[in-house]
Amino acid sequence: MPAKTPLKTFALSSMVLAMGAASGAMASNGFSDDVVRIGVLTDMSGIYTDLSGEAAVEAVRMAVEDFGGEVGGVPIEVIYGDHRNRADTGASRAREWYDNDGVDMINDLSNSGVALAVAAVAEERQRHAISNSASNIGLTNDYCSPYVTHYTYDAYSLAQGTGKTIVEDGGDTWFFLTVDFAFGIGLEEQVSEVVREAGGQVVGAARHPLDTTDFSSYALQAQASGAEIIGIASTGADAINAINALSEFGVSPDQRPAALLLWYDDIVSLGLEAAQGLLLTNAFYWDADDETREFSQRFYERTGRMPNMAQAGNYSSTMHYLNAVEAAGTDDPDAVSEQMRELEINDFFASGGYIRPNGRMVHDQYLWEVKAPDESEYDYDFLRLVATIPGEEAFQPLEDSSCYLLEHNQ
Amino acid sequence: MDIFGVPIQALMGQLMLGIVNGSFYAVLSLGLAIIFGVLKIVNFAHGAFFMLGAFTAFLLAQHLGANYWTTLLVAPLAVALFGMLFEWLFLRRLYGLDPIYGLLLTFSLVLVLEGGFRVAFGSSGQPFATPEALRGTLNLGFMILPMYRGFVIVAALLVCLVTWFVIERTSLGANLRAATERAELTQAFGIDVPRLVTLTYGVGVGLAAFAGVLAAPIFHVNPSMGSSLVIIIFAVVVIGGLGSIMGAIVTGLGLGVVEGFTRVFYSEFSSTIVFLVMVLVLLLRPAGLFGREEG
Repeated sequence: MPAKTPLKTFALSSMVLAMGAASGAMASNGFSDDVVRIGVLTDMSGIYTDLSGEAAVEAVRMAVEDFGGEVGGVPIEVIYGDHRNRADTGASRAREWYDNDGVDMINDLSNSGVALAVAAVAEERQRHAISNSASNIGLTNDYCSPYVTHYTYDAYSLAQGTGKTIVEDGGDTWFFLTVDFAFGIGLEEQVSEVVREAGGQVVGAARHPLDTTDFSSYALQAQASGAEIIGIASTGADAINAINALSEFGVSPDQRPAALLLWYDDIVSLGLEAAQGLLLTNAFYWDADDETREFSQRFYERTGRMPNMAQAGNYSSTMHYLNAVEAAGTDDPDAVSEQMRELEINDFFASGGYIRPNGRMVHDQYLWEVKAPDESEYDYDFLRLVATIPGEEAFQPLEDSSCYLLEHNQ
Repeated sequence: MDIFGVPIQALMGQLMLGIVNGSFYAVLSLGLAIIFGVLKIVNFAHGAFFMLGAFTAFLLAQHLGANYWTTLLVAPLAVALFGMLFEWLFLRRLYGLDPIYGLLLTFSLVLVLEGGFRVAFGSSGQPFATPEALRGTLNLGFMILPMYRGFVIVAALLVCLVTWFVIERTSLGANLRAATERAELTQAFGIDVPRLVTLTYGVGVGLAAFAGVLAAPIFHVNPSMGSSLVIIIFAVVVIGGLGSIMGAIVTGLGLGVVEGFTRVFYSEFSSTIVFLVMVLVLLLRPAGLFGREEG
């Protein structure tokens, strides 16, 4: 029918235009939209704001500035968004960024639930995602992808650090206070495994919702369990409240709390008086050497706080991604992925670090002990190094990973 | 001795903690009930005022070196003044409108306050020391009760009873109740109703702040400390019966205990049980346990 022809023509030409636009998106210089765009997806308003948040965005900005603001002749742009600690919000924001806003790489991803959800989107859309603040090892197992990198630490390394040290020190019956979502449960599993392997025993666990204020009843349950070690499988405000409740209810002398993921910021918040003697496994401490001090000083001047391991990881991983883009000469995700796994990471954050095929960045982890108030000599002098855990020991052996990219799983 | 496989000691311990939590619920829901009774405003900002009380105490202690007992007195007064200012500037413009406007305004105040404190103090919170005199623990035989928690129960109940007495047994309370029922008629008797209303809002908000100062040494002062509580408080008021003073106090304590017991038998369910009770009460007694059906 001739009446339809103009409509058809219109439809056809708009399709052609759309295809033209799509192919034009990958410009001749090898860079999509003529810009490398990094999205920082983080907790800007919730319980994990101190651990990542605004300071994480600033760390990524610093990396981009230090890199020179452009790569392969195109500018680098940083945008950020709030996942509100909800996996669905995080995933839909990631989809929007990849599909409509031309984001090439998403960084930070605090909150394991969010990180796992975004990892699935990254795999589907074939774009990069790097998690620095989440711990769930699903990221390098069932949810692994050529485009997903787990950079700073994970639940396995925490278990190898704090968990193992305490078991070896004689703490062999455990009770867990676990935050009831992917992060806490994953962490409890990893540490339980270490405890059992060492011949210890897990006598029970109490699960609490995220952002719990009253831990008194859990403290009583922990007391009643009779376990020697009360493993706190939560972090941030939850862990702080749990530590306070345990000390308030006077956990008996033969019971000790073990916080399994403490951040530098948690120590600031607890104060040395309450935190002294606690062990923490962290990949980075601002006062470790001259290089970390130099970076941290600059970071402090911009944000008014010392960087924690995730913020340092945000900087280092952004730098590594940009190095990979430069080496590849394109922001094509596959080419970049190849370079990221090829190039070694040597900076203030990691020496001889490398990314395994399943996306795990392997580098040394450190076990720290919180100093007593009278041992702290200057501002922010909080931690003492107890042990260095070599990267190969700190992370899950490759043969145990269920990642589909590995030969033994094919 | 065991009850359903749970040692009686554990049960008694949780019961005690339930009473401690119930004390917070009672003070908070009392304030909310008074405000709703007189202003017919759903004060969504109640949790934020609770947080504000804790932060005011923290700031007083930190910057002015005030001791705990001073902060327990001064912080609620300061927050009450702030609340009255808020009522006088904003809230009173909404009387007579659909309650949703009041809800939206108070909710926006929550966002502003919580966001502001988060920017200023971070999300992981500030430590607040337990007063020296209440540092020890009491051995109750079945549990070790931190002395401070015992103090919370006493202080909370005392404040609840005083409030109840003022409203139900004094002439000021009588005026207030009259203004609630027949505002114009009360005004005709020469009573300044708008001032009474502002005062009521101040008292309700002050109660929330008082609970906040009580909570500060226990919960670590942080910007979101009120938001997790406020939902439960609303449920308490609904269960007790909207606007019922005694209902709010008794239900607050009762639900704290119910929650405590749930923690013993099925911990994961403890954050839901209050709402289950609410559903049941609404089905069986739509006006709440202590509410009167309006005819």
